[in-house]
Amino acid sequence: MGKILMKGNEAIGEAAIRAGCLNYFAYPITPQSEVAEYLSRRMPEVGGVFLQAESEIAVGNMLFGAAGCGARVFTTSSSPGISLMSEAISYISSAQLPVVFVNIVRGGPGLGGILPSQADYFQATKGGGHGDYRLLVMAPASVQEAVEMVMKAFPLAEKYRNPVMILGDGLIGQMMEPVEFPEHLRSEPSNKDDWATNGMDTRKSSKPNLVKSLFLNAELLEEHNLVLKAKYDRMKQEEVRYESYNMDTDYQALIVSFGTMSRVCRTVIDNLKAQGFETAMIRPQTLFPFPEGPIKQAALKESCKVVITLELNMGQMVEDVERSVQGNRPVHWYGKAGGDVPTPEEVIEVIKSFF
Amino acid sequence: MQCEVMFAGFGGQGILLIGNILAHTAMEEGYEVAWIPSYGPEMRGGTAYCLVVISDRPIGSPIIRNPMHLVAMNHPSLEKFAPMVKPNGVVVINSSLIHIGSDRDDVDELLVPANDIAKDLGSIKVANIVALGAFVARSKIADFKLVQHCVKEQFASKKKLIPINMAALEEGKKVAQIK
Repeated sequence: MGKILMKGNEAIGEAAIRAGCLNYFAYPITPQSEVAEYLSRRMPEVGGVFLQAESEIAVGNMLFGAAGCGARVFTTSSSPGISLMSEAISYISSAQLPVVFVNIVRGGPGLGGILPSQADYFQATKGGGHGDYRLLVMAPASVQEAVEMVMKAFPLAEKYRNPVMILGDGLIGQMMEPVEFPEHLRSEPSNKDDWATNGMDTRKSSKPNLVKSLFLNAELLEEHNLVLKAKYDRMKQEEVRYESYNMDTDYQALIVSFGTMSRVCRTVIDNLKAQGFETAMIRPQTLFPFPEGPIKQAALKESCKVVITLELNMGQMVEDVERSVQGNRPVHWYGKAGGDVPTPEEVIEVIKSFF
Repeated sequence: MQCEVMFAGFGGQGILLIGNILAHTAMEEGYEVAWIPSYGPEMRGGTAYCLVVISDRPIGSPIIRNPMHLVAMNHPSLEKFAPMVKPNGVVVINSSLIHIGSDRDDVDELLVPANDIAKDLGSIKVANIVALGAFVARSKIADFKLVQHCVKEQFASKKKLIPINMAALEEGKKVAQIK
């Protein structure tokens, strides 16, 4: 299959189908409503379920229930919708069920705006819901990458029996770019007998599965949290993904940026190179687990004077960058949160101001 | 090589569609492309625009304040975007609806009475395709035959609309060739 021109939101819907996900529950919200529009047409064609719920709270619990039965499920929403689902996300994490969430982030807080934003970095990587849980979070910087990440998300969610979140923004959702779809994956979670309450008679294993998140006994809850922690630690070992740009130069500044903002930074790096000023970038593709080691290592290069975090919010990822750099270099931040994506010229001014 | 084209007009003029067709054409030619719509709270008849970025290498920032070219289908779009066009760009002005110029002497201004031509062809709806034909012929941004092919693909499910759209492209081209 050749390249086709597709809107990010529609491509995300198609990618989920090709990943073998035939269950989609959602509630419309800008700037991701096209996912639901697309799947309302496509799901019946492939024998899947499209369900527009009465609210995002209902969506979260439908996902919880369906995943508990062993179905491969996903939803898409935008910031306020994800807040409403956050209670269910906490329960799903505790019950160790695989669900894929796509958040096409809009500006916040509150109802905010609908333009590109990365203001849900904290929500995605540090919680959102209550309790000691982590989501595996991936952030695409193009429509093609959104497709690839959605297709990777399902096997990862099943590998860890943990929710995976794709953190996009209005630009990724609304923009059309050429995409190529990989082949279909298998259509059923292969390990579901380990966790799904799908009926003893249909299952290979003779062990009954239990979907629950209540552990009143202190020792049992401690044990449960240690099991979860072991999974998050394993993610840190095995799932860190990032892309580096212009690293083989004697760069004076290391940029850390993700998603839409990282594309602006790529142009910035090219333009600065043309002016004889070398900068480099690490673009986290996974926000959790965060590429701490690679960032520290890149910051320690002798030519590197400063680390600059650029994001479409008021300074969230910068905390993880500071944690990674461990005080070895000054870490600066620049960002915008209203929906206006900074121009390369604007970013260049900012970078120069740190020298 | 990178160039950007801003298509702008009011909702219902088929602005996003002609941007889509150009992006599709450039993709078929093997270029990297990005098509970015204006999205936001907009009323029927309000302004609509999209930006098409075409490049021979991966596209960095797709948000461009100063496009290379502009196709303006109504008065407010020309007023808003003409000052932003880079020098030597092509500015197509739908002169059926716009009675001012770009007020620039460093761009290639092309007046196209797109609505009038479309009406003569039998449907005002193809005014956008007239403008696209004129723009492609003047800017030579893409192979004209490939644009024709992509317009046909666009209307593949409504085959009876293909002839009028082909005629619209051709009429646009004619206007562009009169200097």
